[in-house]
Amino acid sequence: MTPSELAERIRVRYPDVIVARGEATVVVDRERLLETLEDLRRDEELRLDFLSSVTATDWPGRTPRFWVAYELHSLAHGHRLRVKVGVPDEDPSVPSVVPLFPTADWHERETYDLFGVVFDGHPDLRRILMPEGWEGHPLRKTEELGGVNTRFRGAFIPPVDRRTT
Amino acid sequence: MDETGRDPLSVTELRQETMVINMGPQHPSTHGVLRLLLELDGETVLSCRPIVGYLHTGIEKNTEYRTWQQGVAFVTRADYLSCFFNELAYCLAVERLLGIEAPPRAQVLRVLFCELNRVASHLVWLATAGMELGAISVMLYGFREREGILDVFEAATGLRMNHSYIRIGGVLMDLPDGGLDQIGDLLQMLPGRIREYESLLSRNPIWLERNVDVGRLSAEEALLWGVTGPMLRAAGASRDVRKDEPYSGYETYEFEVPVREGADCYARFEVRIEEMKQSLRIVEQCLERLREPGPVMVEDPKVRWPAQLEVGPDGIGNSVAYVRHIMEESMEALIHHFKMVTEGISVPDGEVYEPVESPRGELGYYVVSDGGHRPYRVKIRDPSFANLQAVPQMMEGGLVADAVAVISSVDPVMGGVDR
Repeated sequence: MTPSELAERIRVRYPDVIVARGEATVVVDRERLLETLEDLRRDEELRLDFLSSVTATDWPGRTPRFWVAYELHSLAHGHRLRVKVGVPDEDPSVPSVVPLFPTADWHERETYDLFGVVFDGHPDLRRILMPEGWEGHPLRKTEELGGVNTRFRGAFIPPVDRRTT
Repeated sequence: MDETGRDPLSVTELRQETMVINMGPQHPSTHGVLRLLLELDGETVLSCRPIVGYLHTGIEKNTEYRTWQQGVAFVTRADYLSCFFNELAYCLAVERLLGIEAPPRAQVLRVLFCELNRVASHLVWLATAGMELGAISVMLYGFREREGILDVFEAATGLRMNHSYIRIGGVLMDLPDGGLDQIGDLLQMLPGRIREYESLLSRNPIWLERNVDVGRLSAEEALLWGVTGPMLRAAGASRDVRKDEPYSGYETYEFEVPVREGADCYARFEVRIEEMKQSLRIVEQCLERLREPGPVMVEDPKVRWPAQLEVGPDGIGNSVAYVRHIMEESMEALIHHFKMVTEGISVPDGEVYEPVESPRGELGYYVVSDGGHRPYRVKIRDPSFANLQAVPQMMEGGLVADAVAVISSVDPVMGGVDR
């Protein structure tokens, strides 16, 4: 199915679907995320049964602040669909899709680690890339690049734009 | 029997407790800094927990602070054994945002270097897998042959690894003089050598003992865990991004996607060996197409990198003629150069997900632009990251000695996993 055909097919059930640059993207409420993914997987014509990736983007100052993006792929049909969920700053949580796609386990841990988005119902939501005692979520736009304490004689590395030497 | 009536050597009298051991992060067979927490009952692995993150360098965050063109130099360092694939996926994503396409010759060069890179990467896998299972000679041969491929890379890009060769809008520069012949020599030599190493191992009783029926992962399990690449194809699923969603003209090349049904470490060995042969087939077709000259970068001055580069005795740098042009002849050229190098290109806002078939599976780049001169977000979907999740599934219930065979059959590159 081409992205436009795919979009036309699901538009009845999910009106918020667009096609841009050869990719179909559908936006759903986080309350409906699980049933949507289950439905997209069960539908014989869609069969979106492979989850490639889960990640987020951070847009401070906008509503919603975070967008969590799920890249779905159908092995039988070869088409792709991106499902996006808006996540507000004051309650940054989405239901975990691990019960549907075990592969989401590490992807969700990574998104939690780097963005601070909480995945409700995740079996083991811990940091995965950053050290356990790390404070903050480095891929948020409000976090600077650099500016960390090192363990070497109390040295401090300032953020890149404030380094003098 | 001692005086209390216990037999100190009796197995049934031993206390029943499990042992938890750390394998890695500093362990010669964990391919870098992978750490496994193994719970053992004697020699049997009861549970396995992979722990990653020791090589996290913040590549994704760093790209947000640099220009679009500089992003190439960051992403090539993620999965350092498949540099060209990272560069390609990133550039294809940015090009799709820009709505441009690289010229045909650049696309052939991209395919050429990616396929040579696949062979180089699989040779490292063959070498390390052999070494870990006791076939030291294969380790020496594998690294030796890979060095021949890296020589080609060095001649063409200036660097053995982390090339930054594939650029937005094309490639850095055309092949050097004698480049085609150098690759032609490789093609003369490599297929025979690969067949030789295959025959060294494929009927070797120790190799069979260590690999057949070890680390089984069915296609259904693989898909649930997001496993792609040779591991999935060794379980009978014919999935290859090059065939299913062709990019860079892959639909015009003749090659096969090797598939095996064994779903064990041995099937993965067979798939990778066969993939190397298929990659060399593609390289051969690339060489045919490269006989015709042509541009290797788009013409649009708003996109193309302004400097003309050349490989000198100390590596790659600006060509002397170009430096003279901007410094002594043309003020406009100097201004344009300055703007392109400091500010870089701007990319229309939007988002794309661009998958390519790396030696380890589906390597995807999710790139978001807000219309500015820097990427707003670059997410690397690294195949090793997803593939490693399936390690407990393959290892639990097996022997601890097989843990080594399982990891090497996954072929993880921690630079890509941790980014």
